[in-house]
Amino acid sequence: MSAAKMNVRVTDVVEVNDLVKRFRFERTDGELMPTFSGGAHTVVEMDDNGTRRLNPYSLMSSPTDRSAYTISVRRDDEGRGGSLFLHNHVKAGMEMVISNPVNLFSLDLRGRKHVMIAGGIGITPFLSQIKQLSAANQGNFELHYAVRTPALGSYVDELTSQFPNNVHVYYDDQNQAIDVEGLLSGQPLGTHIYVCGPKGMIDWVLAQATAAGWPENCIHYEEFLAPEPGKPFDVELAVSGKTIHVSEKQSLLEAIEEAGVDAPYLCRGGACGMCETNVIKSDGEFVHNDHWLEEEEHKSGKKIMPCVSRFVGKTLVLDR
Amino acid sequence: MAKTEFPKSIISRPVYGELEPRNGTSHLLIADGEGGQAILDVVAKADDGFLDRAHIIFIPKDTKEKYVSKLESLGAKQCYTGPSYEAAVSRIRRVLSDASNGLQIYLAGSEGVMGQAQREAMNVGYPFQSIQTEHRGSKARRMQCVHCKGITEDVITDPFVCSHCGLNLFVRDHYSRRLAAFQGVCIDAEDPGNVPDPVEIL
Repeated sequence: MSAAKMNVRVTDVVEVNDLVKRFRFERTDGELMPTFSGGAHTVVEMDDNGTRRLNPYSLMSSPTDRSAYTISVRRDDEGRGGSLFLHNHVKAGMEMVISNPVNLFSLDLRGRKHVMIAGGIGITPFLSQIKQLSAANQGNFELHYAVRTPALGSYVDELTSQFPNNVHVYYDDQNQAIDVEGLLSGQPLGTHIYVCGPKGMIDWVLAQATAAGWPENCIHYEEFLAPEPGKPFDVELAVSGKTIHVSEKQSLLEAIEEAGVDAPYLCRGGACGMCETNVIKSDGEFVHNDHWLEEEEHKSGKKIMPCVSRFVGKTLVLDR
Repeated sequence: MAKTEFPKSIISRPVYGELEPRNGTSHLLIADGEGGQAILDVVAKADDGFLDRAHIIFIPKDTKEKYVSKLESLGAKQCYTGPSYEAAVSRIRRVLSDASNGLQIYLAGSEGVMGQAQREAMNVGYPFQSIQTEHRGSKARRMQCVHCKGITEDVITDPFVCSHCGLNLFVRDHYSRRLAAFQGVCIDAEDPGNVPDPVEIL
């Protein structure tokens, strides 16, 4: 099972700064958007000159506004091309397909206080979370937001003017850094921490929180991994009786889909666990890139997450 | 007395583990009865410095003096021994309200005391999944009558008589974390008086 899809029209494309553009989607059938909760994402489908791209983007609009969804996309010139396609080819008026919302990064509303740590474009899930908290007056939150320069600080002005007491911005070019250790000490019981940003930032915050004895269930993070390119390989799909070829820049999941085999997915970024696939036979090395499987499962050679992980070797037979 | 093994049951029924020392800025250990031994065991496994940040709250119940002096002589930062959970609960609330994140919580002993202490922690926003528990000693249950909502403590037979409304209640494994109690449901509603002989709870 994968999330249901809907047809939408792009109603606005706004340049937020040199690297980030904002896109607004409305349904083509005039219906309201499905409800979502802060931190949810949608998977945007793109037809990039015959290459099908499906990328997850956090919803940044208010969860109480069902007229449209908005996302912000940072252009990644080194990436596989999804963000470049959105930046260069998607214009207002175009019709696209996006998925129903999926939330892998929701607020734990049993918490008493929410401490959010964002790096760069990692701000997007917090925009909808903050709108949700402030609309419901559940507003005990603080946001610590690291950006490269004032010019690249997406939504800094909006956040600091609306929530001057809750929002703290740190500029890399002025050598400002989030004091994670100080931030974690002395927080009352019931404080939850949420991190979204570059991998180094997430790892640092998780390590600090764990070292400070924070309860595991008070620590939340989201990182969508883009599938890493790698050497091409062949895979046998036992259930569908097909042998497929995964090219250098393609993910295994994309190759399975290209062969017309319906495989489940939600996040396409190694986080949700939906695409977990059993390995029937293998002779070679797995390149596991996901956040989902346990280390023993990675070592076992019995499971793979085809959205981000690859294989190098002679034979790979999957239960798909 | 070792930790208790329970028969497999429905998903609602709490399961208990074995206390392990965890990394934390402070440690709150709460136990009743035979749970005293679980505290001694977890402290024995802990690193130096654990006790300097530990607060032990112990309710001896039937174990009387068996663990009291052993626990008091451990050298924890604070060690309180009290006559009942009710007498200890104001202290537990105070510790929780003063604590900051980094506190680790260890509960041991009977289901009733562990469940109620867990509820206090949940009430200040502490995630229940992060609380460690270890069952020791009595299998007595804290039961809520689903009819009159009254709580009967230390139920050791099934069925039992509600101490509030007098109905004959069947002991279910259906548990409420909010109430810190199992549900008791009238066993002879359709055929009043037809009550099976009580058996000891397993």
